Amino acid sequence: MSNSGIAGRVVAALLLACAMPAAAEPAPARQKELIHMVRQDCGSCHGLTLQGGLGPALLPQTLADKPAEGLVATIVHGRPGTAMPPWHRFLAEEEAQWIVTRLMEGFPK
Amino acid sequence: MRVAVRLLWLMAAALLLAACAGAALRGTGDLGLVIERASGHVTLVNTSSRSAYARIGGLGDLSHASVVYSRDARYAYVFGRDGGLSKIDLLEARLVKRVIQSGNAIGGSISQDGRIVVAQNYTPGGIKAFDAETLELLAEVPAEYAPGQFSKVVGLADVPGNKFAYALFDGGEIRVTDFSDPKRPTTQRYPAGRQPYDGLVTPDGRHYLAGLFGEDGVALLDLWQPEKGSRRILDKYGKGEEKLPVFKMPHLRGWSVAAGRAWLPAIGRNEVLVVDASTWKETARVAVKGQPVFVMASPDGRQVWVNFAFPDNGWVQVIDTLSGQVVQTLQPGKAVLHMEFTPRGEAVWISARDDNRVLIYDTRNYRELGSLPAEAPSGIFFTSRAARIGF
Repeated sequence: MSNSGIAGRVVAALLLACAMPAAAEPAPARQKELIHMVRQDCGSCHGLTLQGGLGPALLPQTLADKPAEGLVATIVHGRPGTAMPPWHRFLAEEEAQWIVTRLMEGFPK
Repeated sequence: MRVAVRLLWLMAAALLLAACAGAALRGTGDLGLVIERASGHVTLVNTSSRSAYARIGGLGDLSHASVVYSRDARYAYVFGRDGGLSKIDLLEARLVKRVIQSGNAIGGSISQDGRIVVAQNYTPGGIKAFDAETLELLAEVPAEYAPGQFSKVVGLADVPGNKFAYALFDGGEIRVTDFSDPKRPTTQRYPAGRQPYDGLVTPDGRHYLAGLFGEDGVALLDLWQPEKGSRRILDKYGKGEEKLPVFKMPHLRGWSVAAGRAWLPAIGRNEVLVVDASTWKETARVAVKGQPVFVMASPDGRQVWVNFAFPDNGWVQVIDTLSGQVVQTLQPGKAVLHMEFTPRGEAVWISARDDNRVLIYDTRNYRELGSLPAEAPSGIFFTSRAARIGF
């Protein structure tokens, strides 16, 4: 493997590392919208307090043993064969990541 | 002189009595309530004066709350998401009693004789019957569909004979439980299909319909001839086409029947499905703005009002049942969650959750008649429900 190849990878990795925390934090106004969407529209099935309904509970203790990537994928792409629809029309993957992180630590009011 | 004074006193007393009696006596036929889902309040309203007259709090998590009325239309039973069952006196505008009956509930219904209130539950999956007077638990029927497997219950509706019909979301069944002996209920089971999401009883109490989420179709049970079993109507109405994603489950109730036909929300399609209510064959489809959530006929059956799932929940459309055409498209506000007709249908009340308002429309000319403030309003329930079968 050439040096430039390694350097390229290192740069790519660094870029990715930089990009991730920045992308994981939507602007405050958008955060408000996402919180409203989760509480109200996800809440149609998961409950306003996220304690579950037709869909499962989305509380820290119920999500604790679930890998975050899987939860993000479920939000973005839905889960075929269940009532969970894909939400990619309404949010970006980084926003789904932000939602999952918030859900796992206890979702804001 | 003395006689004159005594007479004055008597007149004053009579006046006072008349004033008291005037304030104390009133009917409940034009009353109702609006659920304020986020804050655990209900606002009590009057449909004649188009105004709110009281507000009651402390009712817990009211997301997806629904209400049934006692047969005297004085008491409202509010079923909260958190399993709370609250009995409210509309005349005294106070909470009479509140019990937590389950961990996670989805609504309820009241028996033909008005003595039994039944709650339908997700956790633990099943139904529970309560004395309508005291809210004392009478019986519990778990929705066990396989050994150790309990289903979420949906679509609970009262049917004549103190029976209740309902469906099992996970179990794929229709059940009919007979509470004629309230402490010893008996249950019949019928196959429904994959994932029934809600159900309805026709206004005559004869047919139970369970809408299916997991496949295209509706399960039908003739309650006058239950021995014939359940059957499928609207089978494969999607014709194998890919469904649109469903961002909110539709709701069914006996209001779906109008002008001899049932008007039903399609799942994953921007359509209202129309079925002849005697042959149960599809007669038409009405293309609408989004995926229908509530498809509600006006009391005379001349109009069907439709609201929609996210992200089309700012629209309301009106279908004329004679022509089968959409005749009006309205934008009442942000996040329209529910609609309720006044008892004879001259007006419809519409909740716009994200505008924190309830809007009142004239059903004849679609003009806004007024509006009321409410905090994140969802369900609107008028006492005219008290006398309806299947509510």
